[in-house]
Amino acid sequence: MSAVAAPRQTEAGAFRAVLRRDLYVTWSELPVFLAQVILQPFFLLFVFGKVLGSLGYTRSGYADLLFPGLLALTAVITSMQTLAFPLVIEFGWTKEIEDRLLAPMRTGLVAVEKVVFASLRALLATTIMIPIGIVVLGSIPWRWSGFPLLVAAIVLASLLGSGIGLALGTLVPPNRINVVFSLVFTPLLFTGCSQYPWPSLARLRWFQVITAGNPMTYASETMRAALVPSVPHIAPWICLLALPGAILVLTAIGIRGFYRRAVD
Amino acid sequence: MSVPQESAARTSMVAVEVRELVKRYPRSPVNAVDAISFAVEPGEVFGLLGPNGAGKTTTVGVLTTRVRPTGGSAFVGGVDVVREPVLARSRLAVVPQRSNLDRSLTIRNNLIFHAAYHGVPAAERSRRADVLLEQFGLRDRADSKPDFISGGQGQRIMIARALMHEPEVLFLDEPSTGLDPAARLFVWDRLHELRDRGVTLVLTTHDMHEAAELADRVAIMDHGQLLVIDKPRALVGSLPGAATLELATGPPDGQPVDAILVALQALPGVEAVESIRHGADGNGDSQDELRVRLYVTGEAAPLVAPAAGALAEHGLSLADVKLGSPSLEDVFIHLTGRALR
Repeated sequence: MSAVAAPRQTEAGAFRAVLRRDLYVTWSELPVFLAQVILQPFFLLFVFGKVLGSLGYTRSGYADLLFPGLLALTAVITSMQTLAFPLVIEFGWTKEIEDRLLAPMRTGLVAVEKVVFASLRALLATTIMIPIGIVVLGSIPWRWSGFPLLVAAIVLASLLGSGIGLALGTLVPPNRINVVFSLVFTPLLFTGCSQYPWPSLARLRWFQVITAGNPMTYASETMRAALVPSVPHIAPWICLLALPGAILVLTAIGIRGFYRRAVD
Repeated sequence: MSVPQESAARTSMVAVEVRELVKRYPRSPVNAVDAISFAVEPGEVFGLLGPNGAGKTTTVGVLTTRVRPTGGSAFVGGVDVVREPVLARSRLAVVPQRSNLDRSLTIRNNLIFHAAYHGVPAAERSRRADVLLEQFGLRDRADSKPDFISGGQGQRIMIARALMHEPEVLFLDEPSTGLDPAARLFVWDRLHELRDRGVTLVLTTHDMHEAAELADRVAIMDHGQLLVIDKPRALVGSLPGAATLELATGPPDGQPVDAILVALQALPGVEAVESIRHGADGNGDSQDELRVRLYVTGEAAPLVAPAAGALAEHGLSLADVKLGSPSLEDVFIHLTGRALR
């Protein structure tokens, strides 16, 4: 037998190769990817921001507070969808992930790669929402002084969606995926304060309590703090504590679930 | 990560080693794998044979870092798969029974990206992919997606993919189950080539024919335990009286049949003799041909010449010879009292 050299692949190298695979697949299916992630926020923006406003059903400033919320929504939903659906299918049916699980890297790093990749896709989708907002609404609220906070909010919202996706994708049994997704997805979509600022819910106290339990709320509110600070919103420092906390907890749950799926 | 000294030394000795391996799944009353030990030499083709649920897949799962053992230890290429799974993965490759090809990538890119995960440089990846696609008869399918291929092609692609990072040990699960005869032979030929190149192969199968065809040594498993390990021929040869030798001659022409039978019975390795055309008491019609069956310990073929000699002493010449050889299936039945499936 030939002498075996020291391992030629580092874990970082294997990680980069797996990430490159995901980016390559995204690139080769770019139009599909864009349609998939842009359509929903686009229609929300168009109907709630443009149509209802033009018809006089919403007040003039509504589009300005909706737009930051839709950025949060796009980031969270995109990374969540990128991660959860394929993960369930790869573990449950196609077993496609096995070749990557046998790459020379720790199993947890395969999960981390999923998080990084899903977050990158969410960053891209959210960034694209900015020119779309300009086209649909005519103008969007913009403050360069809020730009660093906006970037932080987009990154955190993307990671948050990845965390939710990883936890869901590994904990939900494949045969329940449809039920669980509709049970989780829709409430998450509408209790995350993307369509209304949180402090304004004081008049609906019970609903305000519920929305405070949805981590997406803090992403939406951070976006508002960055873009429309004049609208009452949750203080950014609260959000910047709540978001990383939620990300850590969800990602930890997801990585544990990933190990359970990957190793018997 | 560095290779521990002890492990490095072991690499040169055995390709795969399992010591007192135990696996009990949560909420299971019995051990799926129950304290088994075996070693596979470099370049050997080793078959794990047993019915479904015997523990073969769990054993290979431990060796391929996908199952955590409850007890014992396991090494691939000298690397402890429990302590150093990352390093172990660079030394092994797995070909599952069901396709797990990356359906978002073309066949060629399945090979290329696999090599990339394992750190094969770009130019080398491309070169190896070309060679393997050619060798496995996949060149004209290289740019198709795996969705549009047959089971036999899927198997070939997965073997080709596994070879991209030049593993020391290749684990194959039921490599030719469900393939048509031509595809099966193609896969067997490729596996024979790999053996000739010195790649260690560990295959799990419940197909005795496959095991007998491919494996240098076979371990028979049942209920999580190793019943026996040996060369297929030795296993089969160890069966008492399982091989048979059927001889036909012309009519005995007044020769006493029982004397002929006694002479045959006296041959070394013959356990029992029966006359199947003439009555064993020799009262048959002497115009009929004589047909006898010898039950043999070990192999039957070497007995043909001595038997012909014994017959010649009685003035008879051989008209027909039929060898009945036992299979690994018979070995399994002998060991467990049950059929394999």
